[in-house]
Amino acid sequence: MPELDQTYWERFHRLGISRRSFLQFCTLAAAGLGLGHEAVPSIVQAMEGKPRIPVLWLHGLECTCCSESFIRSSHPQVKDVVMSMISLDYDDLIMAAAGKQADAVLEEITSTYKGRYLVAVEGNVPLAEDGMYCFIGGRPFGEILKEVCHDALAVVAWGSCASWGCVQAARPNPTKSVPIHSVIRDKTVIKVPGCPPIAEVMTGILTYILTFDRFPELDRQGRPKMFFSQRIHDKCYRRPHFDAGQFVETWDDEGARKGYCLYKMGCKGPTTYNACSTIGWNDGVSFPIKSGHGCIGCSEDKFWDKGSFYSRLTDIQNFGVESNADQIGTAALAVAGGAVAVHAAATSFKHMRDKYRDEGGGGSGG
Amino acid sequence: MGLWRTESREPLGAGASFGPEGIEEEEYAPQAGETIYVHEAPVRLWHWLNAACIVILVVTGYLIGVPLPSTTGEPSEWYIMGYIRFAHFAASYIFTVGITFRFFWATIGNYYSRDMFYFPVWRRSWTNNFMRDLRWKLLLTDQVPCGAGHSPITRVAMVGLFLLPSLFMIVTGFALYSEATGRDSWEHHFFGWIVEFWRNTQDIHTLHRLGMWVMLVFTVIHIYMVVRDDILSGHSVIGTMFSGWRFFAGRR
Repeated sequence: MPELDQTYWERFHRLGISRRSFLQFCTLAAAGLGLGHEAVPSIVQAMEGKPRIPVLWLHGLECTCCSESFIRSSHPQVKDVVMSMISLDYDDLIMAAAGKQADAVLEEITSTYKGRYLVAVEGNVPLAEDGMYCFIGGRPFGEILKEVCHDALAVVAWGSCASWGCVQAARPNPTKSVPIHSVIRDKTVIKVPGCPPIAEVMTGILTYILTFDRFPELDRQGRPKMFFSQRIHDKCYRRPHFDAGQFVETWDDEGARKGYCLYKMGCKGPTTYNACSTIGWNDGVSFPIKSGHGCIGCSEDKFWDKGSFYSRLTDIQNFGVESNADQIGTAALAVAGGAVAVHAAATSFKHMRDKYRDEGGGGSGG
Repeated sequence: MGLWRTESREPLGAGASFGPEGIEEEEYAPQAGETIYVHEAPVRLWHWLNAACIVILVVTGYLIGVPLPSTTGEPSEWYIMGYIRFAHFAASYIFTVGITFRFFWATIGNYYSRDMFYFPVWRRSWTNNFMRDLRWKLLLTDQVPCGAGHSPITRVAMVGLFLLPSLFMIVTGFALYSEATGRDSWEHHFFGWIVEFWRNTQDIHTLHRLGMWVMLVFTVIHIYMVVRDDILSGHSVIGTMFSGWRFFAGRR
């Protein structure tokens, strides 16, 4: 059992992390949260004085890519520090305990720290067949989730699965997977979408909660504004090419080699809210657009159901045949144009006929 | 004067007629040679400004979704998408202010400034006229519906194919615009809920684009109907939108 009354600093110290590294982390955390240098002392103070908040990390129907991303948080120390910073008391993926031992931790934390622990959820809840599609320890995941979240301070929905449903909830959604917020309705659910979310975003949000004892400001959809208030497009380094009208027209053309805008290749940057174009991935080395591929919009709701990743206009599937807005629009316009032409011709014909009858004398005149 | 002008078979206005409110519409029949002041100057100005805006919005809007062929050279030398988007946003502001003004004018203008904003399905005379208008437009009768204002079917079309789609385009348009102006902008404050309603803004892009095609369909039908009525109805239509006066030529 981890000792929960330790402060962060005590914990770090015990783990052999130097004071210097600790201060480095605090500075990095401040920068990551978009705070100035003057915020560093308050973060240090908080880390030194506050007992750690226990975090229970649940895994539902998911692929573990969120965890994979999380443990790759960029700065070498961050990985260690964050992992020890949150008192990650239960994470069935990486904890040493298993079986009954692990369940006991869950039990103890939820009863001892009522209203004082955070629940981080990776993956979503399949509702079909009474939750049969995700069983943990002989119980459906939805049941465990409700139980664990009951006395939680707040719930963090990691990734697009927990936030929106992601691939499991894509049409036709055979397991009836639903995002966390449709099961847990009485708690603040902080959504951190992305498939997976960026490691620094994940650690940044936890750091914020733990340091300032409050939740980050959320947007209308429940995402922290500090990371999800701008689109990929707004901060994309290829934006000048977009404004200039310079596009990649086909893969491997001149524009692709010169790094032009991927808009015509179906880049979803203009409709995707995330921090990829500022924070980047893998220690800030790159992000999809930087690597020459358009954004697929993985942090957006139902991004799997928005047609091809490679077309700018979304397919509309309600008509049985897949067609995009322009195809439907062109067809409608053709129908309208055809109807106008036919109507004009019919009008003309009718009046010519009437005129002929009138001139012929004795016509009924219609 | 018209190519298809036929011999008069019934007195002017024997078909459906629709006059100013307060006058029994069936009984109101404009006389040959009569002129009625229909479209006031602000309405005419709005109409042509609005038409210009729609042309700009459709052309630039189309090019935003399906951009022009790529340019080459230094990006600092070009600002094509930038100018296209600027034209779209500038025209959309004028369009929005124009429609807002037009709503306002409907409250203080004459009867004809109001009649495209609603259609009185609850009035027997209107529904009767609607059926007559429908028969005329389906070429089932020679009785030309004759009146100074918008015909019943036109009123339905104005609401369904112009006003509602326009409002839809304004609301979704500003919601999309709020994506660029940011979370603290007034656009997001007032229209951001649209983004939240559909969640994925890709859907709003798609719907906004479908709306563009609806506006185009409206334009095609509108122009056809106006030209047709100008030739067949026995009263001025196109000229009225320039001069404001509706001239009833009668049918000899």
